[in-house]
Amino acid sequence: MIGVKAFGIYLPCYYIKRETISRSMGWFNPALGTLAAGEKAVANHDEDSTTLAVAAAMDCLSTVNRTEITSLFLASTTFPYKERANASIAAAALNLDSETRTAEFSGALKAGTAALISAVSEADSGLKLVAAADCRLGKAGGSQEALFGDAAAAFVIGDGDVLASCEGHYSLSFDFADTRRVDEDQFVRTWEERWIREEGYTKFIPKAVSGLLQKCGMKTEDVARVVFPPINARDHAAVAKMMGLTKDQVQDPLIASVGLCGVAHPLLMFANALERARPGDNILVVGYGSGCDALLFLVTDAIRDLKEREKIAKSLDFRREMVDYTKYLSFKGMLAKEAGIRGEEMAATSLSLTWRERDAVVRLAGGKCRECGTPQFPRETICINPACGSVGQMEDYCFSDKTGRLFTYTADHLTYSEDPPSLYGIVDFDGGGRYWFDIADCTLESLSVNQSVQMTFRRKYKDKQRSLFGYFWKAMPFKY
Amino acid sequence: MAEGIKNKVAIIGMGCTKFGEHFNRSAESLMVEAFQEALEDAGIEKKDIDAAWLSTCFDEVNVGKSAIPLAGALKLPFIPVTRVENFCASGTEALRAASFAVASGACDIALAVGVEKLKDIGYGGLPDFSQLRGIYNRQIFPNMTAPGMFAMLATRYFDRYGLSAEEGKRTLAKISAKSHANGAKTPKAHLRKAVDVETIMKAPIIAWPLGLFDCCGVTGGAAAAIIVRAEIAKSFRPDPLYVKSLQIAVSPEEEYRYQQWDGTHVETTCRCAARAYEEAGIRNPRTELSMFEVHDCFSITELVIYEDLMISPRGRAKEDVDAGFFNLDGDLPCQTDGGLKSFGHPIGASGIRMTYEVYKQLQGKAGDRQIRNPKLGLTHNLGGFPANCVIGITIWGNEP
Repeated sequence: MIGVKAFGIYLPCYYIKRETISRSMGWFNPALGTLAAGEKAVANHDEDSTTLAVAAAMDCLSTVNRTEITSLFLASTTFPYKERANASIAAAALNLDSETRTAEFSGALKAGTAALISAVSEADSGLKLVAAADCRLGKAGGSQEALFGDAAAAFVIGDGDVLASCEGHYSLSFDFADTRRVDEDQFVRTWEERWIREEGYTKFIPKAVSGLLQKCGMKTEDVARVVFPPINARDHAAVAKMMGLTKDQVQDPLIASVGLCGVAHPLLMFANALERARPGDNILVVGYGSGCDALLFLVTDAIRDLKEREKIAKSLDFRREMVDYTKYLSFKGMLAKEAGIRGEEMAATSLSLTWRERDAVVRLAGGKCRECGTPQFPRETICINPACGSVGQMEDYCFSDKTGRLFTYTADHLTYSEDPPSLYGIVDFDGGGRYWFDIADCTLESLSVNQSVQMTFRRKYKDKQRSLFGYFWKAMPFKY
Repeated sequence: MAEGIKNKVAIIGMGCTKFGEHFNRSAESLMVEAFQEALEDAGIEKKDIDAAWLSTCFDEVNVGKSAIPLAGALKLPFIPVTRVENFCASGTEALRAASFAVASGACDIALAVGVEKLKDIGYGGLPDFSQLRGIYNRQIFPNMTAPGMFAMLATRYFDRYGLSAEEGKRTLAKISAKSHANGAKTPKAHLRKAVDVETIMKAPIIAWPLGLFDCCGVTGGAAAAIIVRAEIAKSFRPDPLYVKSLQIAVSPEEEYRYQQWDGTHVETTCRCAARAYEEAGIRNPRTELSMFEVHDCFSITELVIYEDLMISPRGRAKEDVDAGFFNLDGDLPCQTDGGLKSFGHPIGASGIRMTYEVYKQLQGKAGDRQIRNPKLGLTHNLGGFPANCVIGITIWGNEP
């Protein structure tokens, strides 16, 4: 059986209430008041679509042997690099073999489901890891700003024992330009909402659903859940009604908690559906954008063994409110703030160095001494253990999937940070190894000596002048 | 153990500029001022100097690389001049190199000059720099500052010894208050203002738990020393300062990357101190030393130095701080000139400035801050960070 072997999700640690946006920008666009319900997920200042995708992928790799993964498909319409493989960065961060086939799916908002279909189609040749993430940007005061959220989801697709088997898929492709961007565009451009609703959204989704059901010889009532992404809460409900779905058949569109998260959205909703699924459930997953993709999954008995069924709920609980709209603008690069002369300093990145040291920088791989067994980072020639000191005895040892304890820490107000104070500390890894890391997604008050931490792949710096993102790992607390 | 340097060389002249921000002075003018004072103090002429060492750290900012800036500033007549750099312990390196050169017989009179000019970068604190491993550091190391690196020592120390943030910060505040009180009595100090414990406690946080007054000043200045063989020292002046020990220890970084270091002390200081005491023949530093000048870049650094130098028992330096043991009128005064905290910290000059204070105290020329009848003084100079550093310790006496 070909289907879902594992799934993971990632929600950033911040959310902003739509009411906060409306309060700040309502003077300009009073219609924001109608969108003021709920909140949306906001990526941290050190996150982008690549790091979000990596985080979601790491979330599903705990139950999968990553050496069996033969392909990584990354989907996003907001890849940090337009030229330079974001998927190769993610593959290295995920400690996948360099023989892994990597590909990027972009352009249409249905790129996430497109990647899923490709994975299903190729599942007879080893495990496929699909990770979808988006951090789309709306202009200040627009309805898109209020609606768009940042999130990611990931699926491991393969043959054999699966949580849900793929029973069929169906696609539609139209040049329906409801949203668009070209190279120069920082923000999503759109067309009249009525046209999008009447001619696109409310037509394509029912057509894709009926097309797939017909192909599979099924009826609407045979489906336990229909996952289809919203363009807003009202039209999502309207389409559900048009298709004659009962309340139970409609998967929560996550507008009130996460917002519209682009290519990741149907995958995130699908993950949420699987968390609640029972054996025998048929789940229909639709991706929307320049047409539609639809996939039908049949949940198997293996779903009973799913360990964590509250990932989305726990991730939502973990979040902190971003109280200031100006902080949101700053994180999104929409605020020219005074960084100070220290903040303006930016040394050049040496790409020959980062390539040479890629194991340390991207994989967080150090060495483990064959003589004394001490894990160490970064990898050097002579063993750091003073009682050992062996020369040239290091074997590869990856720290990115290791947990650790926070040995000590501080909150630095002097160093430049996009979100001061900068938290950093020393991590003693379980199993050995000590290194110094930034600490992400928490506050000084929440930290304590010896607390447990995990590693997270982040954007350490952004060099606008030279169009470079420096990626590295940070420590963070556990969400679940 | 090797024979060591004890009693082989002596200082016959020293100079030190007023320390401060010195926005309107150049490194050149600072070096010349410290040098001229040292020359006059030693009663020699420039042509008598056989070799010189320059210590400076942030060469990128102002002084420039190589020894040429010193030779050029002082117009030294084609003699060997060498630049040494070992982070904030650079000054001790220059003294050590000059002392070893004289002790070897390679030259009769050697000069050590340390200088730093920091306040031309446009922002507070030290210049942003790649601490170790050059540009690689930027990829794989947090963008740490010196206060943050040392603050982590305090986090761990407070946790290990069960000090609440309030208790811990109060202990540190007493250390800074003592140094400010001493600095107020020191004409050449950068920050000449007494500050009370409550003000220190309430100051803005720089790197938690360290506040503004837990940090030393960012300072410009220069200091100089003239060194000769011990047996000819008295021919220059009646009260030279005799070397008892000159030790440098450098961390192999095991504290930094191996799970052994406990994070509440500076291992390199312990190792360096053990060697220095052995070289000097000191068994009980707490009773044998008359005074000491340590690398109090931050208040927490000074607290753990008390323990690492084996003066306070491990984990109990707080008791000595509370008892005023290290105050100017205490049993073993520390930072009699205000230390880095108050006298200031021009990186390359600090090791030599510490020795300047020991020199003046042991000669009885320390003015309002003169302690009673000192015989033996120690300097402790730290370059780098608690987990990976260079430690320089010198011990000097006024008797051969």
